[in-house]
Amino acid sequence: MSLPAVAAPGGPTLEVRNLRTHFFTRAGVVKAVDDVSFTVERGKVMGLVGESGSGKTVTGFSIIGLVDPPGRITGGQVLFQGTDLASLSEAEMRNLRGNRIAMIFQDPMMTLNPVLRIDTQMIETVQAHARVSREEARQRARDALGQVGIPSPDERLRAYPHQFSGGMRQRVAIAIALLHKPELIIADEPTTALDVTIQGQILAEAQKLCAQFGTALIWITHDLSVVAGLADDIAVMYAGKVVESGEVGAVLDAPLHPYTAGLIGSVPSRNRRGAPLSQIPGMTPSLLNLPAGCAFRARCPRAESRCAEPPPFAEYLPGRHARCIHPYIEEAVRA
Amino acid sequence: MTVFLLRRLLQAGGVVLVMSLLVFVGVFAIGDPVEILISPEADQIERERAVKALGLDLPLWQQYLVFLGKALQGDLGRSFVFNEPALQLILQRMPATLELALGATLAALVIGLPLGLYAGLRPHSPVSRGIMATSILGFSLPTFWVGLMLIMVFAVQLGWLPSTGRGETVEILGTRWSFLTRDGLAHMAMPALNLALFKISLVIRLTRAGVRETMLMDYVKFARAKGLSPSRVTFVHVFKNILIPVVTVVGLEFGGTIAFSVVTESVFAWPGMGKLIIDSINVLDRPVMVAYLMIIVLLFITINLLVDITYSVLDPRVRLEGKS
Ligand SMILES: Nc1ncnc2c1ncn2[C@@H]1O[C@H](COP(=O)(O)OP(=O)(O)OP(=O)(O)O)[C@@H](O)[C@H]1O
Ligand code: SF4
Ligand SMILES: [Mg+2]
Repeated sequence: MSLPAVAAPGGPTLEVRNLRTHFFTRAGVVKAVDDVSFTVERGKVMGLVGESGSGKTVTGFSIIGLVDPPGRITGGQVLFQGTDLASLSEAEMRNLRGNRIAMIFQDPMMTLNPVLRIDTQMIETVQAHARVSREEARQRARDALGQVGIPSPDERLRAYPHQFSGGMRQRVAIAIALLHKPELIIADEPTTALDVTIQGQILAEAQKLCAQFGTALIWITHDLSVVAGLADDIAVMYAGKVVESGEVGAVLDAPLHPYTAGLIGSVPSRNRRGAPLSQIPGMTPSLLNLPAGCAFRARCPRAESRCAEPPPFAEYLPGRHARCIHPYIEEAVRA
Repeated sequence: MTVFLLRRLLQAGGVVLVMSLLVFVGVFAIGDPVEILISPEADQIERERAVKALGLDLPLWQQYLVFLGKALQGDLGRSFVFNEPALQLILQRMPATLELALGATLAALVIGLPLGLYAGLRPHSPVSRGIMATSILGFSLPTFWVGLMLIMVFAVQLGWLPSTGRGETVEILGTRWSFLTRDGLAHMAMPALNLALFKISLVIRLTRAGVRETMLMDYVKFARAKGLSPSRVTFVHVFKNILIPVVTVVGLEFGGTIAFSVVTESVFAWPGMGKLIIDSINVLDRPVMVAYLMIIVLLFITINLLVDITYSVLDPRVRLEGKS
């Protein structure tokens, strides 16, 4: 089944507009995603960063329509190649998932079913979206394993997940995501569990993929150095909201939002060696019953009385948005 | 695997030895069979002759050694009452008990798994709540009472099912089985269901808990993210995982079911081992009691071993190797 061809050929692969996903728990409403907007172009990498609990994973699940109760998408739109995913039936969504939109999960130790062999888990994915024989499906699975650098894929196909290391499992998950050469991949901190060398290999692999097939990639992480090396664009999340977005070099060189500035300041870097690392003071606020106004204001060095009003998500410089009434404009212009 | 099996067999031998001692002493303590077996009119000389013939004049430890020596040759003594080898008596009745217990286990899985699955997938629906409430009854109602009620309703009032005996049997390899004839199945239905009652509830609860837990796992969400159909997610990804605990518990319960069938067999006059042991206890037929208990011990050991092996087949993470 194919989507109605409303998308303009040059349009972005994914456009998220004012997305809201709330969890209606007994303790109250958790606004895990609360007004998130960003765009991912074909063949581009969008880095989605933010500290733990800022809503990155929930954003990813909202895009592929896998938010489970008590959670619910309460507002906004997810446009995939111009089609509003909310307008699709569950069967149509299932046709997209794993086929044209794939997701790689955060924890490689938990993603693969422990009692099914790797070949079972890969072949079922192939056959969910392509009418091919088991043999043909196995062939594709083996090719995908080879593509992510798993040695002797034929043999590994017959293994169970527990016979793989964490890094190898994540590669298998990536191979599964690649099976149908999706137009969009949501990679949720896929390298956090891996050591640095393997992380580098996988990042290179990801970049190659985007260039080769025009795949759009959302790379969720809290590691700014990964984003700096890999992404084209960046969106910074704080307490369920995107607080800053723009081209990655520009944002990292001269952030507009005080939170982004704080994040950058807390990353160790070579050219500031010896200088003390700064830290963002205070704690991440609880998402339960957040007060109105800027959620960062208790921790912000530039907070003022106007910050008690909800700041708008405004385009302060061309292609650069920030959710702050007092952004570092002059610094950004000078940079 | 071989090392594992060897080690398990050695352990089993030790357990059997210890159990035999406990059983022997335990049965000895229950009472003196002489009072029951020998007619009160018998004179002193006849009495002593009989006691000697039964080997009851020796001290306990000698009786035990004699028993042990014979047991090693496959002789668990002769029944005081039937004057037949005790082992043979029990083995004759074993098929009846085995088929009853197997029938009950099968019924528990066939009824319990789907109900538990449904209750786990739709935990808040009224039907699920009904299933769970009923399963509490299965746990708490006494087996013999339910058995009597079943007889009252289906045999006495409705006259649908026979209430006693095994019915028509078919002989295979020298043993008789009821489940191969219509009449035999009709006779088996009520006792098997009665024996299954507790297990059905157990399987429902285990399955439901397993489904609810497994549904929250990342790998289930990942399976959905791959675009698999809901039925594939449920019946392959979820079901295969919950089978592991269910099979383990139901398997381990099998020994208990055989031991428990004593009650059901008495209520339905099912001519199995359970009925035999009750009759034997009434007349203090020591060799039969000892032989019965030894066979139950062996059964438990065998079942445990089989469950371990099945477990390793279902769960690839379990390796049956000789490693400590
Ligand atoms: N099922 C749920 N019920 C209630 N709250 C939830 C649920 N799932 C997520 N949340 C809340 O949503 C918020 C965002 O969670 P999310 O997993 O998206 O964070 P994250 O940015 O991915 O963090 P991390 O870097 O730790 O992965 C958290 O505060 C979390 O408590
Ligand atoms: S709106 Fe105010 S409190 Fe919030 S980040 Fe900007 S300056 Fe700081
Ligand atoms: Mg996350």
